[in-house]
Amino acid sequence: MSTHVFKPDLPPPTLSVGVLGWLRANLFSNGFNTALTVLAVYLIWLMVPPVIQWAVLDANWSGTTREDCTADGACWVFIQNRLQQFMYGFYPLSQRWRVDLTVLAAVLGAVPIFVRAMPRRWIYAIGYLLVYPWLAFWLLHGGLGLQIVETSQWGGLMLTLVIAVVGIAGAMPLGILLALGRRSHMPAIRVICVTFIEFWRGVPLITVLFMSSVMLPLFLPEQISIDKLLRALIAVTLFEAAYIAEVVRGGLQAIPKGQYEAAGALGLGYWRMMGLVILPQALKLVIPGIVNTFIALFKDTSLVIIIGLFDLFNSIHQATVDPAWLGFATEGYVFAAAVYWIFCFGMSRYSMRLERRLHTGHKR
Amino acid sequence: MQKPVTGPSVRGSMLTDPKIRAWAFQILAVATVVAVGWYLFHNTQSNLAQRGITSGFAFLNNPAGFGILQSLIDYTEGDTYGRVFLVGLLNTLLVSVLGIIIATIIGFVVGVSRLSPNWLISRLAALYIEIFRNIPPLLQIFFWYFAVLRAMPPPRDSHALGEALFLNIRGLYLPAPAAADGFWAFLVALAIAVAGCVAVARWARQRREATGQRFPVLITCLALLVALPVLAALVAGSPFTWSVPTLTGFNFRGGWVVIPELVAITLALSIYTAAFIAEIVRSGIQAVSHGQTEAARSLGLRPGPILRLVIIPQAMRVIIPPLTSQYLNLVKNSSLAAAIGYPDLVALFAGTVLNQTGQAIETIAITMSVYLAISLSISLLMNWYNKRIALVER
Repeated sequence: MSTHVFKPDLPPPTLSVGVLGWLRANLFSNGFNTALTVLAVYLIWLMVPPVIQWAVLDANWSGTTREDCTADGACWVFIQNRLQQFMYGFYPLSQRWRVDLTVLAAVLGAVPIFVRAMPRRWIYAIGYLLVYPWLAFWLLHGGLGLQIVETSQWGGLMLTLVIAVVGIAGAMPLGILLALGRRSHMPAIRVICVTFIEFWRGVPLITVLFMSSVMLPLFLPEQISIDKLLRALIAVTLFEAAYIAEVVRGGLQAIPKGQYEAAGALGLGYWRMMGLVILPQALKLVIPGIVNTFIALFKDTSLVIIIGLFDLFNSIHQATVDPAWLGFATEGYVFAAAVYWIFCFGMSRYSMRLERRLHTGHKR
Repeated sequence: MQKPVTGPSVRGSMLTDPKIRAWAFQILAVATVVAVGWYLFHNTQSNLAQRGITSGFAFLNNPAGFGILQSLIDYTEGDTYGRVFLVGLLNTLLVSVLGIIIATIIGFVVGVSRLSPNWLISRLAALYIEIFRNIPPLLQIFFWYFAVLRAMPPPRDSHALGEALFLNIRGLYLPAPAAADGFWAFLVALAIAVAGCVAVARWARQRREATGQRFPVLITCLALLVALPVLAALVAGSPFTWSVPTLTGFNFRGGWVVIPELVAITLALSIYTAAFIAEIVRSGIQAVSHGQTEAARSLGLRPGPILRLVIIPQAMRVIIPPLTSQYLNLVKNSSLAAAIGYPDLVALFAGTVLNQTGQAIETIAITMSVYLAISLSISLLMNWYNKRIALVER
């Protein structure tokens, strides 16, 4: 008796699998698509080789003065030469370890918050948020045994980070209160909060900074004079609080009414209802939104150039107009763009990851 | 015998009555706001008196006495601060309108490219979005202004595009149209064509609703819009004469000059905002569920009508609200122009006028209220539009 023997499977057509298949499906599926591919390749050809030529192949990497730079390529010597200033501003040379230590403390202190296995993460996080600002202020500003460094000497990336972090840290509690106020049942509170939020959201940050630098001194009694940096921080905090408030309101609105009613049925008062039931859920929902607000704030810190603070961007801008290094504006701005880009892109990726992770709990 | 049931005895004090507490809180809040306001007002009054700064808006009628780089209306140094305000406002609106138009075009093209089945094109679009939305707009403005436009050659060695477009350190030179003999005939013909289009469109819709027959409205309209003005030009003579910039001596004469500040800020804001618009467009199109496409296909619609009649109307509902908020952002970001010396509202009013008059409160208040008015009116418009197009659910 003969048994039927199956022939081995034919391999799939070579044109639909592997590299060729991928190319056919994604780049050359029809005439129009092919034309687009050609256009794209042409665009890449137009842009990429000159950029690589300028930034890498023809670039000058070592030296100390502008004479070490040739005309064709990028002059990264300029960046190397001024890097310290871009990072620390005019912070005294001998004291810069304090800035490094502040950053190190921030990173090391924050690590446990991101370790998901750690018990009582939230308590640790709150403790960290309460302790760290004092430590950072003491390290950066001095006093109690450390040499005092005036805020006018702060600058560079360090100042950018200070403004961004203080801005968001100050804006969070204020923004949450405003969001709660906007959803309050008491008309007077609601009107006050809505007015506050809509006012700050309706004006550009630049006018707010102008206001903080020329109007704040008029608003306060003669004898009180506020530090320039502090004025900027107040402006940024109030401004961002309005945006945070809108983000948090989105989260509050997304919490089903049943949660409020259940909390009420348990006999919780307003603050306990919010603090124990509603806000933990709402804030978790809006973490990506808060990170996005922080990214916007990080980019907005560059505006302090208007009131003459030397943040990262202003330090670089000042260096490009320095007669000793005239003509290297492109290098300076490209470097600045790269630094901002790394921070913003990193945070946006983190926010996307969070979004995915947090989303799972609410999928139906 | 049972006792008659009585209601629960009311024992709470006034402190726990929610109504009274609400009143107390509100009174407290209002009182705090009023007190803080009064405190600031009082301080301001005494500070102003001490520094001898006059207050009030009388300064708006004083002569300004400084020149302005670019003005859309006639302006001389002898004009008043009030006129300076108008010049600044118009310059701000100019940047905003130009930026919105260009950003929308780039944004839609990039957003659609992002969804292209072509891998290279969609990657390129993603690259564009990721690069430009993560760099501060101010940095982009400075890059275009200081690194690109300030590094342009002098007028003699201008970059030329053909014989009519020139780019040099003094700005972008464009040919300018000026009205000639046939201008009015041209305008009238154009108006007639537009009116004709509207009429044809209405008639076609009525006929379609009555009989189901279609009429090629788009082609008819385009034909009308091209044919009538061309006919008018042929009959009455050319509607425009073009004033082409020409190099005479050290500079160009004639044509339109777009100052480099305007070029830089328009370019930077358009590119920056376009990255956000592209993401909005992408998510809007993706928000239309695939079932809609399939349903439309099963009804026998072809790809073009599917896009036009099914996908886009639904995507627009998702796209428009965030799109307007991007437009608003662009208007607010146009204030960054102050940093490179483009004479917009902030640079002129919160900058120069404030420095000259010292009336900080009035100038900043005027500047802020302009932006507030723009923001609030756009968001009111938006709310109205949103209500109109919102999904009516059963």
